[in-house]
Amino acid sequence: MKAAVIVFPGSNCDRDLAVAFEQAGLQVQMVWHKDTDLPTGIDLVGIPGGFSFGDYLRCGAIAANAPIVNAVKAHVERGGYALGICNGFQVLTETGLLPGALLRNAGLKYICRTVGLRAEGASVFTEGYGRDTEIALPIAHHDGNYFADEATLDMLEADDRVAFRYTDNPNGSARDIAGVLSANRRVLGMMPHPERASEAAHGNEDGARLFAHLAGALTAA
Amino acid sequence: MRFLPNKTSKGMIMKVRVHVMLKDGVLDPQGEAVRHALGALGFDGVGSVRQGKVIEMDLADGTSEETVAEMCEKLLANTVIESYRIEVL
Repeated sequence: MKAAVIVFPGSNCDRDLAVAFEQAGLQVQMVWHKDTDLPTGIDLVGIPGGFSFGDYLRCGAIAANAPIVNAVKAHVERGGYALGICNGFQVLTETGLLPGALLRNAGLKYICRTVGLRAEGASVFTEGYGRDTEIALPIAHHDGNYFADEATLDMLEADDRVAFRYTDNPNGSARDIAGVLSANRRVLGMMPHPERASEAAHGNEDGARLFAHLAGALTAA
Repeated sequence: MRFLPNKTSKGMIMKVRVHVMLKDGVLDPQGEAVRHALGALGFDGVGSVRQGKVIEMDLADGTSEETVAEMCEKLLANTVIESYRIEVL
């Protein structure tokens, strides 16, 4: 199974994500944002964390209009899988591939620490944990305060599209939402960083289960 | 408010200012922090502060307001959380 990791100027978790994908058994190719096509045979697109384009205008806004994004949209429309982490989540909301937006943290501070999460919405991203399992993953963001209008929030909950919730909301996110799924459940955007908790040397391997299950599910598909 | 393009600019460019604000009902923690800071400086009666962005552009003369609105919709504002107002200078 093949994964692509998109690299924007200012991405800084791209190599960490590639390593996490490789350790789960995926073949990984890095793809520069100016490319207009994904390599052939890509099953999963990873949009990494960082500060694409210096967070100018709004986090993820410039990246959402980069040349590669049309290919990512086409991949998703074909039923391909995509995972956006942190800035990658912001990019996915800016492209409209996921609903809502990420606002400045309610407490105004950049937050960099490990937080508790509860796995929920059924998907290949969360099944490795099992519903309502509590895990811990690091967050590192200034703009992770998930916002959507009430109707959208109701729809996300009714459709079981909240992938992860904070057990102790650090940033003011609506309904404690830390990650959301697309309608077909194949696109996940999340603020916490599973790739930063995916091997023993990280001191936390909760993130590795996400990648292991994801790779297994893609291989079986 | 609309103004006619400035004739002294020789008709080559038009200046457009776009105001982008968080929509009503979207929490603006930066505005709140500014409000608290004004209070701390002794300014009484500051009821609410909202912080937004102003984007000024030099555009080819005759660029339609529809085109500027398209720029706002596609890039300058995120209409999930922000509203915009176009001012032709």
